[in-house]
Amino acid sequence: MHSPCVSPPAAIPADHRSERRREDERFLTGQGRYLDDDPPEGCLFAAVLRSPHGHARILSVDVAAATESPGVRAVLTGEHWAADGLGALPCFMSLGPDAPLVVPPRPPLGYERVRHVGDPVALVVAESRQAAQDALELIVVDYEVEPAVTDMRRAVAEGAPQVWPEAPGNQAFRYRRGDPDSAAAAMAGAAHVVELELVNNRIAAAALEPRGATGSWDASSGRWLLRISGASVHQIRRELAEGVFRVPLAAIDVVCPDVGGGFGMKNVTYPEYALVLWAAKRLGAPVHWTAERIEDFTAGVHARDNLTTARLGLDAEGRFLALQVETLVNLGAYVSSLGPGPATTAATPAMGGLYDIPAVSMDVRGVFTNTAPVDAYRGAGKPEANFLIERLVDLAAARLGLDAVELRRRNLMRSFPHRNAMGAVIDCGAPLANLDRALLAADHAGFPARRSASEAQGRLRGLGVGCFLETSRGQPNEEAWLRVRSDGSMELAIGTQSNGQGHETSFVRLAADRLGVPAETLRLVQGDTRVVPRGGGHGGARSLHMGGGAIVLAVEDLVAKAREHAARLTQAAPADVSFEGGACVIRSHGGPERRMELAEIAAALAPEEALEGHGHHLCDAYTFPNGCHVAEVEVDPETGAVALLSYVAVDDYGRLVNPLLTEGQLHGGVAQGVGQALMEEARYEDETGQMLAATFMDYQAPRAADLPPFAVTFVEIPTNANPIGAKGVGQAGAIAAPHTVINAVLDALRPLGVTHLDMPATPERVWSAIRRAKSHA
Amino acid sequence: MYAFSYHQPKTVRQAASLLAKNEDGKILAGGQTLLPTMKQRLAAPPALIDLGKVEGLSGIELKGRSLVIGATTKHVQVATSEIVKQAIPGLAEMAGMIGDPAVRNRGTIGGSVANNDPAADYPAACLALGATIITNTRKIPAEQFFTGLFETALEPGEVIVKISFPIVSKAAYAKFRNPASRYAMVGVFVAKRGSDIRVAVTGAGSNGVFRATALEEALKKRFSPKSLEGVSVSADGLNGDIHASPEYRAHLIGVMAKRAVTAAIGK
Repeated sequence: MHSPCVSPPAAIPADHRSERRREDERFLTGQGRYLDDDPPEGCLFAAVLRSPHGHARILSVDVAAATESPGVRAVLTGEHWAADGLGALPCFMSLGPDAPLVVPPRPPLGYERVRHVGDPVALVVAESRQAAQDALELIVVDYEVEPAVTDMRRAVAEGAPQVWPEAPGNQAFRYRRGDPDSAAAAMAGAAHVVELELVNNRIAAAALEPRGATGSWDASSGRWLLRISGASVHQIRRELAEGVFRVPLAAIDVVCPDVGGGFGMKNVTYPEYALVLWAAKRLGAPVHWTAERIEDFTAGVHARDNLTTARLGLDAEGRFLALQVETLVNLGAYVSSLGPGPATTAATPAMGGLYDIPAVSMDVRGVFTNTAPVDAYRGAGKPEANFLIERLVDLAAARLGLDAVELRRRNLMRSFPHRNAMGAVIDCGAPLANLDRALLAADHAGFPARRSASEAQGRLRGLGVGCFLETSRGQPNEEAWLRVRSDGSMELAIGTQSNGQGHETSFVRLAADRLGVPAETLRLVQGDTRVVPRGGGHGGARSLHMGGGAIVLAVEDLVAKAREHAARLTQAAPADVSFEGGACVIRSHGGPERRMELAEIAAALAPEEALEGHGHHLCDAYTFPNGCHVAEVEVDPETGAVALLSYVAVDDYGRLVNPLLTEGQLHGGVAQGVGQALMEEARYEDETGQMLAATFMDYQAPRAADLPPFAVTFVEIPTNANPIGAKGVGQAGAIAAPHTVINAVLDALRPLGVTHLDMPATPERVWSAIRRAKSHA
Repeated sequence: MYAFSYHQPKTVRQAASLLAKNEDGKILAGGQTLLPTMKQRLAAPPALIDLGKVEGLSGIELKGRSLVIGATTKHVQVATSEIVKQAIPGLAEMAGMIGDPAVRNRGTIGGSVANNDPAADYPAACLALGATIITNTRKIPAEQFFTGLFETALEPGEVIVKISFPIVSKAAYAKFRNPASRYAMVGVFVAKRGSDIRVAVTGAGSNGVFRATALEEALKKRFSPKSLEGVSVSADGLNGDIHASPEYRAHLIGVMAKRAVTAAIGK
């Protein structure tokens, strides 16, 4: 079963669309190979001692007893690291010359000071996990606890604890984009202005497979090998080589086996990566580390944590004139790999969402606090940008006494290409038609009757509409390599990486169909710097847009090379060689037709030659996945509990390669968006910096039973930004669902006088909002 | 997890003597709380005494006007037992609401009662139904058994053998789950036996399970959800955490009590 597609596909033969994932048999029968399945022979096991305090000075670390503990090979501290003269975890991001960024030093082990609960303090390396755990408890750290700050409002206020001396007022950066003057002028002339202060809640990743790393050192070649449960191997390699160890890139290889989830959380360089490499070299043996669940909650990156004041100006007819956005973004205690990106460079092109807003300005301040670092996880910047405009639209409709759908209709982008106020040129789309399709699919017309039926049961029913605009690209180049062996098997190597998206199926299919060979001929190679020299990784829905383009170019290059070789090998004129059905066909004038399979060509080449195609997709164009979602909820007014009853998505991801996999990605994204809207909050206690939701006992991740079936329709409007016409899907659901669900909850509560709720709309929050509204009534 | 010794007694007598011999040893009777806390190194019993092989500890039977459930009877057995469903349907339903299928297939009534987790369901059922906890040495009324957070009247070396529930005319349980852990954030068990009406609350009290006497008084006038309208529960002594303030828990106690009474009347 797969979703209806409004426009027929062109590129992929019908019987190959929606084929099931090749990788699933492996994953579903326990044959997946994850990092912790294969610790290398003779490896040592590492455990990390972490700060129990949000902010403290380290007066001393006594490792004597731990070092004597049975099976322990080393206990290493920040002083050892400093003595070895090694560097700190870098952030190579730039926010532009007008927005300088404070990047304080972040050695992988804290010394002198710890700045968040979970900050690494010491590393134990032992002959078994058990021995390492036992020794961890024997380390005695003398802390002088200092006041912590986790709340951004307090962090930027006078007299707040200072996380870094080099960042006065705890400010890491200030980033401004758009045209503040024209936005202010338009706002001044607006007939209506609605303003909203909203929280985009901090969320934690809860990947099925926690983080992990194995470091090995090969003394004979002087090279490191880092195996991780991660993604973005090339970026991690560069950060470790250039930032931490100050060695050539070639001195470190980074490899990922199967990865059990990440959504961006595993794209960053973690201190533990540096630690296992360092320890492996010091001890002359591989060092293996796997995070416990609580280590992922307290020391994996989080996302969001924005506090935004947003204003929308409208004319008398309800047309949008201007949007002003001021945001504080909580970076945590350190600047992680891409930490400053989500609220700034990633959010900018999507600011204003899918609407025609002539003047937009944004002013973002990055704030240091005593919390785990944030980074680009689960959609980054796009969810925040779309959330604020979609919430403003509903608020404006309520204030102006307009229907929220009608207000959307008046303001959605109408003609394409559309240059938005941030300079992004949205090439194609059909927002109005998709809004109508979504309303039809959700039986919008029948809602009043359903609302009455709920009322009769003592429940409040609400319907929420949410549009979204994604802007996808990431690193503006991607590469793919197709290597043919003499047995005809082929390797498709690519610089993006699947951590659940199904590239072994979709990417292989893309290449196989273009070559005219069975998909079984091809094997996908990814996440391995030893065989994939360069790559931009996955993230920001870029894999198909950028990577798919690279595959198409690699196929073209391989075909051209095959034809050249075939012509040379058969002494035919190049013009007489064509490529048909996976083989070269030579039709020399007067001679018999001859067919040369790729395997035959590869076998005929000299040993130093190789039959290989390379595609380098240089592309600075963004794609603009977009869509319209509709959610229906029921609120139990006595308890505040929210039940999500139905969810409709009408999405345009351009041309689809595999609608089944696309729908799967959308489902996952929506589930996580619903989680952010109703359940998840990586909460800290201000002043102590204790993480209050550091286990599944307190951090509510969405469960299957929390979700209704999703009704999905794909509208395929191909983009010209890449040779496939695909726009990308990855994070679409996580972008669209939060505001769609919150709009539905507020629609349900509006009759009671509730106009605002911050995420997550937990039962207590909803109940409190109802109670407050009643007391004001 | 730390190292520990493991014992598998065949009789209650052996279990009790092992418990006496092994200082800080723990009974393993399902382990749905104990084993995770051991894995997290939050509990470190030097010895585990597994009741799994002790004969006669598991089972459900009617004895006169009482329903008697053996200590190692699993939640799933109570939830699906025709005897329980006939005798005290509200108790079977409560057992079916504990944890998830994995927990219900391993966890036992004795384990839950002995652990007295302040958010566990069985303590509320025991207190509301006026159960008697029968150990290898004595009989303890539920009223005296649950003494505080994870605290019970059990003496060192004492092992729960079975629990006896008097059969009541009406009983039901309503639970509002903690959104994250799915434990009871507020669980209310109501029971009516003649003119004796009891309302026991779990998940909410900062000292564990307790009886909501104000609600009991209101229900004595008439056993109807209407009797509870306008009766407020004090937030004093209730838990507050990131999921629910004491005030919200107090409010939920009223709501869940009403729902439990409605369900009890419907049985």
